[in-house]
Amino acid sequence: MSVVEVRNLTKVFGDMAAVDDVDLASREGEFLVLLGPSGCGKTTLLRMIAGLEEPTSGEIFIGGEKMNGLPPRIRKVAMVFQSYALYPHMTVARNIAFPLRAEGVDKAEQDKRVRWAAELLGIDRYLERRPRQLSGGERQRVALARALVREPNVFLLDEPLSNLDAKLRAAARDDLLEFQRRVGITTIYVTHDQVEAMGMGDRIAVMSDGRIRQFGTPEEIYSDPADTFVATFIGSPPMNLLRSEHRVVGFRPENFRPITEFAERDMPSTFRFHVNRSEYLGSDRFLYGTVEGYDENTKVIARVPVNASIPEGATHEFGVAAADLCYFDPRTGKRLRGDE
Amino acid sequence: MSDEALAIGVRTQRPRRTLLDSERLLAIGGLTPAVIYIVALVGFPFVLAVVMAFSDVTVGDPSLDLVGLETLRQVLADPVFWRALRNTLVFTLISNALVVILATALALILTKDFKGKWLVRLLVLLPWTTPVSLATISWLWTLDSIFSPIDWVLRQLGMLEGNMIWLGQPKLALASVIAVHTWRIVPLAAVIVMAGMLAIPTEIRDASDIDGAGFWRRTFEIEIPLMAPIIGVAVLFGVILSVTDMTVVHVLTRGGPTNYTQVLASWAFYKGIEGGDLAQGAGTALFLLPVLVAVAALILRFARRREVL
Repeated sequence: MSVVEVRNLTKVFGDMAAVDDVDLASREGEFLVLLGPSGCGKTTLLRMIAGLEEPTSGEIFIGGEKMNGLPPRIRKVAMVFQSYALYPHMTVARNIAFPLRAEGVDKAEQDKRVRWAAELLGIDRYLERRPRQLSGGERQRVALARALVREPNVFLLDEPLSNLDAKLRAAARDDLLEFQRRVGITTIYVTHDQVEAMGMGDRIAVMSDGRIRQFGTPEEIYSDPADTFVATFIGSPPMNLLRSEHRVVGFRPENFRPITEFAERDMPSTFRFHVNRSEYLGSDRFLYGTVEGYDENTKVIARVPVNASIPEGATHEFGVAAADLCYFDPRTGKRLRGDE
Repeated sequence: MSDEALAIGVRTQRPRRTLLDSERLLAIGGLTPAVIYIVALVGFPFVLAVVMAFSDVTVGDPSLDLVGLETLRQVLADPVFWRALRNTLVFTLISNALVVILATALALILTKDFKGKWLVRLLVLLPWTTPVSLATISWLWTLDSIFSPIDWVLRQLGMLEGNMIWLGQPKLALASVIAVHTWRIVPLAAVIVMAGMLAIPTEIRDASDIDGAGFWRRTFEIEIPLMAPIIGVAVLFGVILSVTDMTVVHVLTRGGPTNYTQVLASWAFYKGIEGGDLAQGAGTALFLLPVLVAVAALILRFARRREVL
């Protein structure tokens, strides 16, 4: 169990910086999520921590020791890949034992540890099968068992749930979290799925263009975004952004409600909201429209209870509580704090 | 548009069926050229050869008189036939064993990143792109009994006095033929194995890195087992090329010295075409059939298994 830290880490491919001067430090036993759209550098960052990719510059520390230039074996990291990367010609037992064989652990000890890992993940019934005879969820458990069996210092997971269907994914997410809590190993988890990130991460590092845009708890990232990228990348539907000359105003769809619902002490700002379309989603209703006084192409979404009767094609008085408004610099997209 | 107008519009616009829409006609039309080709150039000569093997036809007496097993008895009675049969098996086994080792090693090297890779790949592929006969003629010169450049180099290094006479001594001639065979097949096999190696997902290789496998463990426990089917295909191609080939022997040694390097294909050629005994030539060649049938069956099995995976 160790802390992972990277300092000024940069990786350049050709003339493109895939990871650009990143600083990041985990806490011990933490579930840290790297979240970002594809091509943002999150997998490259993970691969550098694993030792599969050498950084162009910067330093990597695991458990306080500098790891630059050392192979994965010495870093004592375990990694689960998106495709699970099980060895198709080996039985499950041999797959799980592979890291132990490479380490030169004796046969009796190998068997004991394989059995322990397999039981922990509930796959001890499949030990003699081959990967292709297993379902996606079972394969994922085998990959986890193979990662676990060496008792690594750090777990690195590269989108391990993205090959599962939606139903299985929710169950696998629970299992994975419970498993991580039980073994208590520092885990770095890469995903592009914000729901996964919000639900699983102790802390989330939101990445884009090779940089970390914001690093914080799911609550901080959601309600207190550092810039417009984070504001629109997190949340579904994303934060509404209204652009005026000297600032951008942002607010979450669920905070955008009829003005009549607010009390005096909320100090709500009022907007004239023209509703173009109302979408019924069972648990909520989404209202799509525009706000008077702002660019007509700026779509604004409100999330209201299903029983709210707000007709389409009309303009309504809507508001946002003062505490729920965020302001951003229109040029840089960075958050404006205080009374600016 | 009213419903009626819409309906009429649909009716008039429906395209007419053409002959090409008939899958039956298309199938027949597509297959016919291939069938004619195979029957004329493979099927007919094959049947003719089988019939000839049971006859006493020669160039001088082209009438096809069936003599039962007499021709085959004569073929088997000739000690040169047995030597040719043994040589064919020995050549095939040794050269293909060498091919597997060299091609796998080459493929391992050629899939790595290094400077000038394209040049090395090109050089490796060259032997395969040269016509067999021309390549073998250049080997004939290289192994010349007096002017061999190999001898010259050995002499300059002080390792040799006089000449090796590569193709004039039975053992050396055998080894030379095997070496040239191997040299010829390795590029094709290396390309096949290389394709197999590139088909192994990078994540599998990364996983073995993470799991702490070094070069040897990764090569022998992960890569080679995963490539086994592909290496199998390469071997089958190599076996076909070496069992049926007569060019190398014909150009290098003409089966000599004194029939010592004769193989089935060359022996059939010398008997049947150069010696004019068509029946015995066909009878000799017929012994290639079991080997080739077995190899063909194996290739088909491999191909099917790949499909299932």
